[in-house]
Amino acid sequence: MSEEQITVAQTPDISLQYEGRVVKDTRVGYSGFIVGAEHLLEIVKSLRDELGFDYLSSVTGVDYLPEGKMEVVYHLYRSIGGPALVLKVQVPRDEAVVPSLYHLFKSSDWQEREAWDLLGIRFEGHPDLRRILTWEGFAGHPLRKDWKEPYFEEETKPFKSRWPEGITGRIEDKNPYNDNVQYPHGFDPETWVPQAEEALYTSAKKIGRDEELHTDTIVVNLGPQHPSTHGVFRMVAALDGEQVVFLKPVVGYLHRNHEKIGERNTYLQNMPFTDRLDYVSSMSNNFAYALAVEKLMGIKPPERAEYIRVMMAELTRWMNHIFSFGFLWNDLGSYFTPMIYALEERELVLDIFEAVSGSRMMCNYFRFGGVARDLPEGVLDKVKELVFERMPRRLDDIDKMLTTNEIVRNRCIGCGVLTAEQAINNGASGPNLRASGVPYDIRRADPYSIYDRLNFDVVVHYHGDVYDRYLTRLDEARQANRILQQVVRDIPEGPIMTGKPAYQVRVPAGEAYGRVEGPKGELGFYIVSNGKPNPWRYHVRAPSFINLTSLEDMCRGGKIADVVLNLGAVDIVLGEVDR
Amino acid sequence: MSDDSLLSSSYEIPPEMQGTVSITSLDKVYAWSRKNSMWPMMFGLACCAIEMIVLAASRFDIARFGMEVMRPSPRQSDFLIVSGTVTKKMVPQIVRLYNQMPEPKYVVAMGACASGGGPFKEGYSVVSGIDKFIPVDVYIPGCPPTPQALLNGLIALTKKVDKERIKTSEWYAKEPEAAVPVPVLGPDLMDPRKYALIYEQTHRPIEPETPVETEQKEG
Repeated sequence: MSEEQITVAQTPDISLQYEGRVVKDTRVGYSGFIVGAEHLLEIVKSLRDELGFDYLSSVTGVDYLPEGKMEVVYHLYRSIGGPALVLKVQVPRDEAVVPSLYHLFKSSDWQEREAWDLLGIRFEGHPDLRRILTWEGFAGHPLRKDWKEPYFEEETKPFKSRWPEGITGRIEDKNPYNDNVQYPHGFDPETWVPQAEEALYTSAKKIGRDEELHTDTIVVNLGPQHPSTHGVFRMVAALDGEQVVFLKPVVGYLHRNHEKIGERNTYLQNMPFTDRLDYVSSMSNNFAYALAVEKLMGIKPPERAEYIRVMMAELTRWMNHIFSFGFLWNDLGSYFTPMIYALEERELVLDIFEAVSGSRMMCNYFRFGGVARDLPEGVLDKVKELVFERMPRRLDDIDKMLTTNEIVRNRCIGCGVLTAEQAINNGASGPNLRASGVPYDIRRADPYSIYDRLNFDVVVHYHGDVYDRYLTRLDEARQANRILQQVVRDIPEGPIMTGKPAYQVRVPAGEAYGRVEGPKGELGFYIVSNGKPNPWRYHVRAPSFINLTSLEDMCRGGKIADVVLNLGAVDIVLGEVDR
Repeated sequence: MSDDSLLSSSYEIPPEMQGTVSITSLDKVYAWSRKNSMWPMMFGLACCAIEMIVLAASRFDIARFGMEVMRPSPRQSDFLIVSGTVTKKMVPQIVRLYNQMPEPKYVVAMGACASGGGPFKEGYSVVSGIDKFIPVDVYIPGCPPTPQALLNGLIALTKKVDKERIKTSEWYAKEPEAAVPVPVLGPDLMDPRKYALIYEQTHRPIEPETPVETEQKEG
């Protein structure tokens, strides 16, 4: 992007410092540095320990099929703020082996597993490189460009059968099994031995066993159908008495192939899909995706659109945090009654969303270079009433009911502690990171949109326990309210869209990483364009997914009854975890 | 069914008992009591689950229809709302849950995904509708359906329950209904009912591939 940005610090040119081992990425539209796989570990260690890039935010792969290369992309940040340092490692497609960063950054744990699962990149040195979103035994690595799904029709949309001819028919009829399945040639279902989850259970049983005293641990499986797992989430825990000695989350039960579908779609077609990532806060997802594509296109929305965007994003944040309090109460055992308080407030915000976008949950409201339509008449007054009258009062109510409540304090204080070092190393983001004493908020650390002009505080608490996570969310909801008050006061008149609305946008070749401070943490979209109407690579850095890396650290040593509470305090949405 | 229809019958009630006794058919009472206390299973899958939770809250208030008792256990529930995208990894569990429900049991496919795959249908690990595995009673369109739409679907279900008769009901048959075979996760999802077809297809000689047009339209 050519626009001047206010940044805490500039990214150093590390190609001079590590001459010979690191070269600048000189492809048009690309930034960052290319590192040889053999130097990766030493360079990343030096970057972390000497240059302060201590926060590994995103790890993903890109399959450059025409060049026969597989590229692993790392986004590193300083936890004191500033822009990203992008590192890339290129390996041949057939022998995609890259050293694992697991021992330097635990945040790479799940992301490397995901890259192995979907792209078939092997990370050497990763202690637990199992499939994560699909299951053990799944045939192939679906995000490889030459891998085709059972319902494959064409490489990119719009499909010729649908447009312009518009022939309708069931895709099932084209599949020999009449279903969304395919099997390798020569496969015999009768002799198939399921690989099951031996590896997981054996590792769970090994831990905590005392050979001398002949004690044993109990392995408990929670989920995927469990009343307090917030969706289809599963945990395997090993218990020593009531104490958790081992806990591994198992995800992928809602893996909806967001990225594969996203790479077939055109840019605009992806917008409604982003709604369904974190379905509690769809407007923030729109925001991050719009930012990433706008970065590539080099456009900026007009002033009024920026204000509307921030208004929607902050309403979402407020709503999400209120909702998470409801869930917290649920997990504490006061089942559903308090949730009704939370949902009552949420409905008010959803009414506003419905008025502006036409849908309660799946708003699909942002466009590249603006928003879909202007605020309808009367909505601004409604928002004003909400932010000046109702919201502050409601937050005070919640504060009064919850903060000094004896049960809440007894259960939450000291439960699920995550230290600042752990939080940074695990790649935690959002309220989870800030509750551990790290004042890192992307709205301040790497400002986007109009946040650099707004007055608000970065909320930070220092104990890193469930109680502080709750307090962080509460204070953040107050700050969101404060931002909203400024936004509705200052919102200017004017256009809401740069250029004409178009179904097909022209996106120049290159890469971009757009990130926002979503209600759950850093939501980033990594997009690679090759100049065609469809993205070549479309990756979502989902905060819920990476925040779950910390779950084991939070739960280990605690009681099994607190596991559910810890999970609730991480605040996950499975649509985003599994994508 | 209104109270009037409960009270009116073709039998004449002796004058001294009028107002204290009502005569109706067993079927009517049976259906009336059943349809007014349907317990859903507390089982959320994806986005639609949020709207399902909203339905249970004060604004839409599912309790008006006697459905507010969400049971976390399939053994205690009357119907299953499949509220969201069914993935291949999840479908064995859903089929198992369905098998564990006692008869009479009903299934509501909430939203586009559960009904037929929805926006994610083309995805490699998405099941094209839960009705590929378990029988569905009510389909509710929408992505996600609004709470009003869900309520409408659930009322449709109560209408269906209201029409059922004891004599013809399947769950009083002599033989218990056979359980739905649980799908297996292999290289892809495998339905045990289709093993023969899978074997037949995977052991066919490979046909020479037809060249695929890779032409692309520029935007």
